[in-house]
Amino acid sequence: MSTSTAATPSPASAGGGSGRALSRFFALHARSRLAALLTAPLAWVLVLYIGSLAMMVVAAFWSVDSFTGSVIRNFSLANFQTLFTETVYREVALRSLGIAVSVTLIDAALALPIALYASKITTSPRIRYAIVILTTMPLWAGYLVKAYAWRIMLDTNGVLDWALAPLGLHGPGLGLIATTLALSYLWLPYMILPVYAALDRLPNSVIDASADLGAGPGRTFRSVVVPIILPGIIAGSIFTFSLSLGDYIMVKIVGGTTQMFANIVYDNIGVAGNLPFAAAAATFPIIVVVGYLAAVRRTGALENL
Amino acid sequence: MYLGRFPRIALAFAVLAGLAFIYIPLGVVIINSFNASKVFSWPPTRFTTRWWSAALDNEGVRAALLTSVKAGLGATLIALLLGTALSFALVRYDFFGRSTVNFLVVLPISLPGIVTGIALNTSFTTLLQPFGINLGLFTVVLGHATFCIVVVFNNVSARLRRMGTSLEEASSDLGASMFQTFFHVTLPQLRSAIVAGALLAFALSFDEIVVTTFTSGPGVQTLPQWIFNNLFRPNQGPIVNAVAALLLIVFVLPVWLAERMSGSESRGTAGRL
Repeated sequence: MSTSTAATPSPASAGGGSGRALSRFFALHARSRLAALLTAPLAWVLVLYIGSLAMMVVAAFWSVDSFTGSVIRNFSLANFQTLFTETVYREVALRSLGIAVSVTLIDAALALPIALYASKITTSPRIRYAIVILTTMPLWAGYLVKAYAWRIMLDTNGVLDWALAPLGLHGPGLGLIATTLALSYLWLPYMILPVYAALDRLPNSVIDASADLGAGPGRTFRSVVVPIILPGIIAGSIFTFSLSLGDYIMVKIVGGTTQMFANIVYDNIGVAGNLPFAAAAATFPIIVVVGYLAAVRRTGALENL
Repeated sequence: MYLGRFPRIALAFAVLAGLAFIYIPLGVVIINSFNASKVFSWPPTRFTTRWWSAALDNEGVRAALLTSVKAGLGATLIALLLGTALSFALVRYDFFGRSTVNFLVVLPISLPGIVTGIALNTSFTTLLQPFGINLGLFTVVLGHATFCIVVVFNNVSARLRRMGTSLEEASSDLGASMFQTFFHVTLPQLRSAIVAGALLAFALSFDEIVVTTFTSGPGVQTLPQWIFNNLFRPNQGPIVNAVAALLLIVFVLPVWLAERMSGSESRGTAGRL
């Protein structure tokens, strides 16, 4: 039984005898139907993706011959030893975590009022629709286009310096702040969408009930709205946190000399050609993100993705 | 939600500030692409369209654009077949390990791109290269398809969940075979969700750079890679800016179409990753 037949049967077979027979077989055997649908995509994900992740974890324990530069496939903990003992790696890891957390908090702070206004404050469906479209469209505007935009904005004598000059101020320039700002910009729609969706599902009657019981808007927001939409906020934070943690390009474009953890991975595979060390370094974001996913799984955030 | 006049105005102001934050940098890119100055300077000195024509005539840009389109089409095709099958399996059937499969499927977009990139790079170079398959366009397509599947899967599953099965049951009751039902009843209802998923998958692939960097070999350069490689070359600055502005305008089109396709029943498909 070819797996692709069930997923995409050819139209010619639809009326024919063998098509009928196949149809009858599948109609009677739900398990076969499921197997036909599931085999190809599951094999793809397991072999190509999960298999590659496993392969990478294995490669993390290999090492590189310092003379020939060829990979030695023997088990060794040397890569992890280096990662744990050299302070520069710890520093960069903490900096990356700090940036990822800041980006998440900034995005949550920006997304909440926008989503709240669109879903619960405005009564005009057109304004609501406009806000949703206007905030989600830039999601697709292209990563590098946006990175480039922020370089023009923040570079010395850039747009921000020009705009702030009459006030006697200047922008933050390229560096850590610029990276955090640009990453917040980049992942903002990923936060707005799940938060908006969660607010949209929240019945207005719940808010009215809270008001009837004497709570002011602030109290209603804190004690009623936020706890209910928390899975949506967490769903957004998965993106903002994980995408920031793994970024190495934005920091190259607007970060000046700042380094993030993913740069260690990138530099080792690119310039240094040390694949095992890069693989070992890449286990850090995996452990952090999978740990975060596991921690928030029970809140139902994964269904809000 | 009832709010007093002041908080209401404050909130509306926050929305406008948020939109300004989103759109000012993009507007700056477009304006700057008409800046006559050869090196970056703000405000623009004089108006010119010369960088636009230089960008459109640039050999590197054209070759990279073609590579991007090929990679996007390949990845989208794989994603369509596998993603649609997957959503039928996960939405319509209950089986042991379903939530685990669901978790594994969204992993490629939850984990940082660099992890996906380096994982694929490791397995491609250690397992495929001994068989003479080197990194190139083919491996880029494999890499892109891995996360494009998720986009198609999410779009089609959302539609399947809303659709229900009563029309399909009616079709079977009237004697249609399973394939007839699929082509005459199921597919027409799914079509717009599939098209929307495909457009978004293509847009995602077209924009991708991290996984691309790790899965493409020498000589293969997608458009984002071209931009990145030329970003730091001073004399290429204005052309890079024009390409960026062009992408900005071209990008909006498929997403806007995807939004139209899914119609009013689902707001914000543009963001359903």
